[in-house]
Amino acid sequence: MKRVACDRNVCLYCGTCVGGCPFEAMTLFSTWIEVDHDVCTRCGVCVKLCPVGALTLGEAGP
Amino acid sequence: MKHEVDVLVIGAGPGGSSAAKAAAEAGASVLLIEKRQEIGSPVRCGEGVAMDWLRELGIPPDQRWIAHEVDGARLVSPCGHVMTMDARRAGNETGFVVERDAFDRALASAAVRAGSDIWMRAMATGAKMVGDRMSRVKVDRFGDDVTIVPKVVIAADGFESRVCGWAGLNSRLALKDIDSCLQYRLVGIETDERWNDFYVGSMAPGGYVWVFHKGEGVANVGIGVGAHRLRKKGDVRMYLDRFIASHPELSRGRAVDIVAGAVSTSLPMDTTVKGNLMLVGDAARMIDALTGGGVVHAIRSGQIAGAIAGEHLQGGQPMDRYERAWRREIEDLLVRNYVAKEKAVNLSDETFDRIIGALCELEVSHITTGEILAAVAKVAPEFMAELEDLL
Ligand SMILES: Cc1cc2nc3c(=O)[nH]c(=O)nc-3n(C[C@H](O)[C@H](O)[C@H](O)COP(=O)(O)OP(=O)(O)OC[C@H]3O[C@@H](n4cnc5c(N)ncnc54)[C@H](O)[C@@H]3O)c2cc1C
Repeated sequence: MKRVACDRNVCLYCGTCVGGCPFEAMTLFSTWIEVDHDVCTRCGVCVKLCPVGALTLGEAGP
Repeated sequence: MKHEVDVLVIGAGPGGSSAAKAAAEAGASVLLIEKRQEIGSPVRCGEGVAMDWLRELGIPPDQRWIAHEVDGARLVSPCGHVMTMDARRAGNETGFVVERDAFDRALASAAVRAGSDIWMRAMATGAKMVGDRMSRVKVDRFGDDVTIVPKVVIAADGFESRVCGWAGLNSRLALKDIDSCLQYRLVGIETDERWNDFYVGSMAPGGYVWVFHKGEGVANVGIGVGAHRLRKKGDVRMYLDRFIASHPELSRGRAVDIVAGAVSTSLPMDTTVKGNLMLVGDAARMIDALTGGGVVHAIRSGQIAGAIAGEHLQGGQPMDRYERAWRREIEDLLVRNYVAKEKAVNLSDETFDRIIGALCELEVSHITTGEILAAVAKVAPEFMAELEDLL
């Protein structure tokens, strides 16, 4: 199943994805973005919203 | 651990610090909490603020946070027509270009001097509602779990607000009402530093590019793009890089910092008071949808909310007065500029050229709003239809 993943080397922790998530599935901590995968619908809005392209909707890791 | 307090303010941006100061001045015990380790940093702002508005809010200019002063703003059309507006006409983003981190720190310090307590690295992580009341707020303070028992809660937690949701208030935004933004602080550019520049057109779909000067060849060059116009990952950065590359006076500069963030370009929330909770600033979606400016609205709504919290605690006056109080001062402008934004985002490059071309022939700094509108009505009647009854 696809999951939202954040590239920590790119992310600026600005909160754009968090405030823009239509399902309020994300939370911004100072150096990480938490995604509640039970609430996330994998709609991909956050991927486009991210000003620097830090998010991807990819296959979940192991 | 439990901690009782009259007023809990969540978020130490301009809205939260102003609320904490006003509540403390009204005699309440106040706790301001901020999840970051440093007030105002990293910066998420173009840093343009109207100097007149700041004075009206009782914030005298201070060299510690003023980077640069400009005479006004210029609006640049896609083909290069330039309309110059003096500071009075340019609206709420011109006058000063500030250092937002120093500015926010000054506001937080003023709250502390007024008697407010402040906890840094303290993040609100959840709340317990009893009916309409937010009776407990869970805070992670530097790794320790603390339960705050507040009489009043002021949510000043910005664009990413979670507090609204805990209280059952819907703060979700439609994509067309979000601008995703990216900005570089460019050093070594060669531009006219007397004016802050706004570029409109398809190079920034649903938004605009700004060049806000900080003096000595330094400027914040940023872009906002309407979220509904974004097609793929990394589009915002692509648009900004493309704009800078096509402007030699900017592309000679080098970025010494990168600022990202989002602004709401919606109407303000329908409900901003619930039980013992008030929402201020970006958390209440009080950003000006046309300009993206929100600092002064955050400060003003914070001042009002803090004062009302104080009066409520002392004399039992109802808090729902907050709703009317801030709307009386700010709402007309927010609604008018929201309608204007809804129009502006759909204009073609040709229409922008026609409108700005017509306006730059007028001596805009000396004419009345009515004359400006008459000029716009002539060249772009379709733009005027709904605006006229509002203005
Ligand atoms: C790229 C960009 C450019 C902008 N340019 C301008 C401009 O030129 N002029 C202008 O007037 N406005 C501008 N704005 C808008 C302006 O930055 C905001 O309107 C303003 O910061 C709102 O103030 P606030 O106090 O409501 O929220 P914020 O300044 O966002 O403050 C919210 C604070 O709450 C904290 N917080 C959030 N959640 C929690 C929690 N759970 N617990 C504890 N703390 C929390 C955050 O860390 C933050 O410090 C811009 C915005 C962006 C993104």
